[in-house]
Amino acid sequence: MTTIVKPEVKTAEKETVKKNKSSVYKTEQLNLWYGSNHALKNIDLDIKENEVTAIIGPSGCGKSTYIKTLNRMIETIPSVKTSGVINYRDKNIFDKEYQVEELRTKVGMVFQKPNPFPKSIYDNIAYGPRIHGIKNKKILDQIVEKSLRGAAIWDEVKDRLGENAYGLSGGQQQRICIARCLAIEPDVILMDEPTSALDPISTLKVEELVQDLKKDYSIIIVTHNMQQAARISDKTAFFLNGEVVEFDETDKIFSNPSDERTEDYISGRFG
Amino acid sequence: MKFVNHEEVAAKTKTRLTKNTLLKGVFAAATGFGLVVLAILLYRIVTQGSDYLSFEFFTSFASRIPENSGIKAAILGSVYLMLVVAPVSMFLGVGTAIYLEEYAKRNKFTNFIKVNISNLAGVPSVVFGLLGLTIFVRFFDLGISILAAGLTMSLLILPIIIVASQEAIRAVPNELREASFAMGATRWQTILRVVLPASIPGILTGSILALSRAIGETAPLVVIGIPTILMFTPDGIMSTFTALPMQIFDWTKRPQVEFHDVAAAGIIVLMGLLIIMNSIAVFIRNKYQKRY
Amino acid sequence: MAMNEPQQISVQELIAQKSNRGLLAFTEKLIPKILFLIASVSVLTTIGIVFTLIFETVTFFTEVNIFGFLTGTEWYPFANSTPTYGILPLVVGTLKITGIAILVAVPIGIATAIFLSEYASDRVRRFIKPILEVLAGVPTIVYGFFALTFVTPILRSIYPDIAIFNALSPGIVVGIMIIPMIASLSEDAMSSVPNAMRDGAYALGATKLEVAVKIVLPAALSGIVASTVLAISRAIGETMIVAVAAGSTPGFNWDVTGSIQTMTAYIVQVTTGDAGYGTTIYYSIYAVGFTLFLFTLAMNMLAQFISKRFREEY
Repeated sequence: MTTIVKPEVKTAEKETVKKNKSSVYKTEQLNLWYGSNHALKNIDLDIKENEVTAIIGPSGCGKSTYIKTLNRMIETIPSVKTSGVINYRDKNIFDKEYQVEELRTKVGMVFQKPNPFPKSIYDNIAYGPRIHGIKNKKILDQIVEKSLRGAAIWDEVKDRLGENAYGLSGGQQQRICIARCLAIEPDVILMDEPTSALDPISTLKVEELVQDLKKDYSIIIVTHNMQQAARISDKTAFFLNGEVVEFDETDKIFSNPSDERTEDYISGRFG
Repeated sequence: MKFVNHEEVAAKTKTRLTKNTLLKGVFAAATGFGLVVLAILLYRIVTQGSDYLSFEFFTSFASRIPENSGIKAAILGSVYLMLVVAPVSMFLGVGTAIYLEEYAKRNKFTNFIKVNISNLAGVPSVVFGLLGLTIFVRFFDLGISILAAGLTMSLLILPIIIVASQEAIRAVPNELREASFAMGATRWQTILRVVLPASIPGILTGSILALSRAIGETAPLVVIGIPTILMFTPDGIMSTFTALPMQIFDWTKRPQVEFHDVAAAGIIVLMGLLIIMNSIAVFIRNKYQKRY
Repeated sequence: MAMNEPQQISVQELIAQKSNRGLLAFTEKLIPKILFLIASVSVLTTIGIVFTLIFETVTFFTEVNIFGFLTGTEWYPFANSTPTYGILPLVVGTLKITGIAILVAVPIGIATAIFLSEYASDRVRRFIKPILEVLAGVPTIVYGFFALTFVTPILRSIYPDIAIFNALSPGIVVGIMIIPMIASLSEDAMSSVPNAMRDGAYALGATKLEVAVKIVLPAALSGIVASTVLAISRAIGETMIVAVAAGSTPGFNWDVTGSIQTMTAYIVQVTTGDAGYGTTIYYSIYAVGFTLFLFTLAMNMLAQFISKRFREEY
């Protein structure tokens, strides 16, 4: 594998929307340890709204750790310690007063493996609104339809909303999980290798969906698949051994990287 | 020079194989022993007790005359007892399991609770009877009541329910919890809406099996001192009562052989109840097995 | 994506209106505390058991000499003139039952485990294991009935000198009761021996028997011993079988054909009789119960120690 050429059309499209975007996530000097293992080292990243930001890097480089830090899901691991600042919309998410539930209401997440609840499709989508106090059946109906449409799966499941989500295929399950995430209309969607458990056709569908969602949401996606990053992202950050080696326009990263290690990685010399 | 004489090995192989076949037979026979004993036990009890098993057997009270004896008070007592044991033991057992699996930090006290639960499971039931007699019957002055016996039985089966519930809760994949947390749900919301619904079949299966242990348990009832001959049915949880295994014990102890047959009839009913409860448990287990 | 409904709803706004963060945070703080209290019930139960036993036993020892209790070979609490409380006959009775039970259950239980783990096909295993579970779930009062009305008459027809109440019959039946326990726990230990170890022996031409005896049994030994110790604990604490079939004659001897009494059966005898609250006999059941508790606790802790200390790491 050599360098990857990005389709011309997308490049042109991007030039027009490049200006005047505000930051959603501003990471400053973030360090993270698992016990004594220093997993993230002095991370500085500025992620803009209404963009797709891809995070790439070899296994164990800290890319999954980083995205899980953005909604503080990383705290489910007991031995984790952090230092530094992550500002979400100008508020440090590590602040004592910052309620983690509030953060996660604004920031949705899609996981590596599709993880729908063992409930009906409807109940899966309505889960988020319900836990946040929305009980009105009419409103819930509206939210469910809108979210499923948003995840481009409405037509496939509209006649069996009462069925268990486990009856769906892996790709459909993942889009249900995306719809579940859309149901609370988040500001940002974090995606942690969302297509790694899917077949190529389902992967394509999810990728198209990501392109579509960009209009309304800011998306941060971790992927081990460089072509995927090249296909769908506006910006790409390359992680290596817990550090950000390079963060730039995706085109630049893939055509003319400034760091030698980035070049080695994207040209397939390691990882 | 060769160290391995292949002719000798071949000659020995034959005896080795014979030994293998022989002992396989011995092992199979040992396994069969348990099955045969169970078959004999069931056969004996059914042939002995079926004569006394009639409609009247269910509608009569205990009596000095074998033909007039029945289990009306005993079976209602057992049902009442379960009405106390089921909610109390499940509330305590599931609550403890949720605490241990979802909240408890890994510290010495948590470890102590766990060791304590496994030791509690090994305490003889007769000792639980002494606990019930001292604490519930006398100290809390509940008397020889359904409530006192029910609380004693609840504590007796508590370790079984805790362990079964822990296993069921542990079997819920972490991905589901993560999905819920990522939506901004709190821990308790996640437990209530995701973890418990997913683990309820396992919890129910374990609890029913534990209850079937409680319904056949006799020693604590004996120690608490519940009566065997009772001419009325219970009217509330503070009422005194008798229970099916207690009644069977009393009939078994009588010197008249006829009462042994009455006891066998009682055992048929008790075993019938157990089989029904176990079938429900197996049904739930099979129906809801591995949904995620 | 386009949903051009006239009344466009904003979910985030709705959430901001509806959700009650204060209440949620409050329950989130409260619930673990409640659950902690619930979890403490099991600890309180143990404390309750220990204190009940100690408290009433201490009362008993204000009336009866503790040294005489521990070393006395005569147990005649119901004697009118001079009741004697020497617990050894009850301990001996318990040991007789336990010894017979172990003689029955250990060989049969382990042989069953070997058969299920090494020889039986999946189908046979799936057929037999539930039956063993049923055997384990039979109430002990039913086993007691079985001992008295079936096993004892058979023994008496073989060897007429056996009394109606004796140690042999309930001992055998207690053994039958604990077979499933030994079998299933030992089988768990054996089937967790990795197949790679078996394959190594098979590849050298070992028979199934040789693999079972020389490879699997030694590797699973700690689990098997632990299961046996647990089974001993169950046998010591078994109540109804002995209360029904073993009699009520405590004796300091090793005869198994005559009537005996175990610690558990004594407690049953007193509580079904009319010994009044507050009498020395009443307190004696706690002293006996405490002794019984210590025996079973020692066995349980030994079993835990064995399975922890000698756990095989594969």
